[in-house]
Parts: sequence; C-alpha cells; structure tokens
Amino acid sequence: MAFSNQSATQYNDTVVRQFAVMTVVWGVVGMLVGVVIAAQLTWPELNLGIPWLSYGRLRPLHTNAVIFAFGGCALFASAYYVVQRTCQVRLFSDTLAAFTFWGWQLVIVAAAISLPLGYTQGKEYAELEWPIDILITLVWVSYAIVFFGTLGTRKVRHIYVANWFFGAFILAVALLHLVNSAAVPASWMKSYSAYAGVQDAMVQWWYGHNAVGFFLTAGFLGMMYYFIPKQAGRPVYSYRLSIVHFWALIFTYMWAGPHHLHYSALPDWTQSVGMVFSLILLAPSWGGMINGIMTLSGAWHKLRDDPILRFLIVSLSFYGMSTFEGPMMSIKTVNALSHYTDWTIGHVHSGALGWVGLVSMGSMYYLIPRLFGQKQMYSVKAIELHFWIATIGIVIYIAAMWIAGVMQGLMWRGINPDGTLTYTFVESVKATYPFYVVRLLGGLLYFGGMLLMLWNTWKTVTGGRAVSVTVPGIVAPA
Amino acid sequence: MDILYLLIPLSVVLVFLILAGLWWAVDSGQFEDIEEEGARILRQDDGE
Repeated sequence: MAFSNQSATQYNDTVVRQFAVMTVVWGVVGMLVGVVIAAQLTWPELNLGIPWLSYGRLRPLHTNAVIFAFGGCALFASAYYVVQRTCQVRLFSDTLAAFTFWGWQLVIVAAAISLPLGYTQGKEYAELEWPIDILITLVWVSYAIVFFGTLGTRKVRHIYVANWFFGAFILAVALLHLVNSAAVPASWMKSYSAYAGVQDAMVQWWYGHNAVGFFLTAGFLGMMYYFIPKQAGRPVYSYRLSIVHFWALIFTYMWAGPHHLHYSALPDWTQSVGMVFSLILLAPSWGGMINGIMTLSGAWHKLRDDPILRFLIVSLSFYGMSTFEGPMMSIKTVNALSHYTDWTIGHVHSGALGWVGLVSMGSMYYLIPRLFGQKQMYSVKAIELHFWIATIGIVIYIAAMWIAGVMQGLMWRGINPDGTLTYTFVESVKATYPFYVVRLLGGLLYFGGMLLMLWNTWKTVTGGRAVSVTVPGIVAPA
Repeated sequence: MDILYLLIPLSVVLVFLILAGLWWAVDSGQFEDIEEEGARILRQDDGE
C-alpha cells in the first residue's frame, strides 16, 4: 500500500516516455515509406514487380504511418503530459494508459502487415479492416477514460485551454471513427461499408475532413497552446482569444467535408454548404495562428538562438498558410482547376510536413530531454540542422507540387478551337516527371532531418535515465 | 441523399452538446480572471 500511495504522488511519465520515443521511431518509418512511394511515382519500376510493394498498397501505409503512428503517438504523449502538468494530478488509470500504448502499437503493426497484404476497406485514412477498427475503438475509449478521468480529478480549478483542444479531438475522433467505419463483415478480413455510392462518399469525406480538423488540427493546437508558451517562457499572447479560437473552431468545423466532392454526384447545394463552411474556417484558424505567433511579441530575439522555438513558430506559419490555401481551394471555381491535381498533394503536405510535423518535432524536442532527466537534447546543433533541412525540404516539396498541380489543371482543361482536348492525359504525366524528381528531393531532405532526430533522441535517451517527477502541492484552490 | 438525414441531425445534436459545454464552462466560472490563467502554467513546477 505504501508503494501505491507513493506512486500516486508522482506523475505517470512512463506512458509519456513510451509514446514520445515511438513518435520518433514511427516518424522515421512513415516518412521512409513516403520517400519510397515518391520515388515510385517518378520511376514506377521501383515496385520491383512485387505486389506487396506496389504503390496502391504502400500509399495507405504511408498515410496511416505518418498520421496515426507518428502523429497519433505525438498526440498521446503530449495529451498525457499536458493534462497531468496543467491539472497537477497523476493520470486517472495507469492500467488503461498502458493499454492505450500497447493497443495503439498493435494497431500500427496490424496496419503495417495488413495494408501491404492488400486488406483494405478502400476508405481514405480509414483503410483498416474491421477487426483492427474494433481494436482502435477499444484503445480510443480507454484514451477518453484516462484523459477525462484525469481532468475530472484535477487539482487546479481552471481547465487550461490546451486540454479543451485535446478533449474535443478525442471525442470527435471517436464519433467520426464509429460513423465512418460502420461496416458489415463478410469474413475475417473483409467487410462492406454500411453505406453505398454517393452516400458512402459523403460519410467518407465528412469523416475525412473532420479527421483533418480534429485529429490533425485540434489535437496539435493543444500541443501548440502548451509548448509554445512553455518554450518561450511567456504566456500565450491573448488567453481570451485562445478560448474564442477553440469554441469558434469546433462550432464551425463539422461541415467542411463536402468540398472534397465538388463537381461529383453530391447535390450541388451540399457542395456549396461545404464551400461556405470551409471559407468561414479561415477566421478562427488565423485567429489561432496569430495568437500563437504573437506569443513571442516583444521577445522575437528568442527565435534567433532557440531552434525548438523556431520549429514551433514556423509550424504555425505553415498552419496559417495551409488554412488560407484550403479555403481558397474549396471555392468551386478554384477547385475546378485544382481538383485531382498534385496541387492537392502540395496543400496536404504544407499542412502535414509544415504544421503537424514541425509542431510535433518541436514538442518532442521539448519533452524528450525532460522525460529522461536531461536539461536539453544531446545535440542542440543537430536540432538546428534538423530545422533547416526540414524547412528547406518542405518548401521544395510544396513548390514542386504547386507548379505541377497548376500545370496539370491547365493541361487537362486545354481545348482546341475545334473542341477537342489539346493534351492527352499521358502528356500531362510526362510533363510532371521533373516535378516528381524535385518533390522526391524535398521528401528526402525532410526524411533526413527525421533520421537526425532519431540519432539525437537515441543519444539523449541512452545518456539519461527515466526520472520520476513528484506532483507538486496544490497551487490553486480545487 | 438519405445520408443527410443522419449527418445533419447529428451536427445539430453536436452543436447543442457543444453549447452545453460552453454553458457549463461559463457557468462554473472557468473564464473568470481569464488572462491570469495563461500565466499559471509558467509558474507551475513541472519537476524539471
């Protein structure tokens, strides 16, 4: 009993350490697969004639690995860390927290095996077959119990804004997963969606875009609202604005999805609703971005010599860029040009590499040394180098895809005076080749930065030791 | 587009749930002394 009493007075950082380290490991794996498929698009022979390595199977492996393995582990680690520190209480349940770690790793391994084998539900970002979907549900319910249980037993009366973002992310993803993954199993690894045709498409993109909004945005904004103030040593620019940001974002997010289905069988008015909601989203997104960046107001010099802060702040500028670009691309006339082109890939990666990737890396560079009893990472120079090669990689990547995308869009709509198409499709593919080479270069740089982070993490972890941190006395009336 | 009979009511229910959350937060005094809360996390001892 004495032991359990003592452990209740300490934070549960074991699960945070596990998720933080796996963030880096899965980051390397997911980005490596990304580099491989970028090379396959340039030189299709690189699938080596092996079905397991074909583009169609590796592409969902890449997206699942970077979003749910890399991003997911970063979200678990930071939500568990932030909720304990801001509530001044140990996690609600150690057993369930441990289950979320091992369960989530099992989901990832199952994805890494089943996707190359060709098992898929064929729904973007929700490819995993029904037995894995059930495991995801169990892990997610446990995550919610641990997170909200911890909030419920908090010793600080006020719920810090980051926790609102993490909470909304957890609840929304649970709902999205349950609705979109509804399927009728036909056998052990085969199922049919509960919806059909355009209904299925609507549910899929209701899920797909809200996954962007709640998994890739709200969750990482929780990270942003904690780690930027902590790393900068200054409170967020306007706490009031951060509250407005939260409520405005979650009230307006749910109906942006139909912009993925412009000019499809979806009713015209539904497409327009999606476009309008996407445009509205610009306001809360930019409010949040400005709030985060202005946290450095009066202390801009910190950017000069703190590479971690640079990761975090530059991530916000990519957040601002892609949340401007997104609403613009949702306008139907713009979408008529951009849809199905590589511009979309550029847009996604400016958000994924620039916003999600950089904010996660910055947060992990903050967390990892603290979790292993160190003052800072083994090599601060390596963080600096990582920052630069990652940023240059992103710029090369998205510039190549922008140009390729606009070029494809223009070629596809080119019409001769006699009404025939100016270009055949394969001509646009040929014209894209050099941009695919450049994109691969950008991806290689970004991947190289991640390898550097793996080495730096390895040195920091092996040079340190897992430390137990005591929950401080109550600082605010409960 | 039968699916909209599921998705639209779902969104309406969600908006009411979010409103309830906002109501609770305002009512229970979460937003009193609001600017002070941003600085609190910096004063907390994280055991570093």
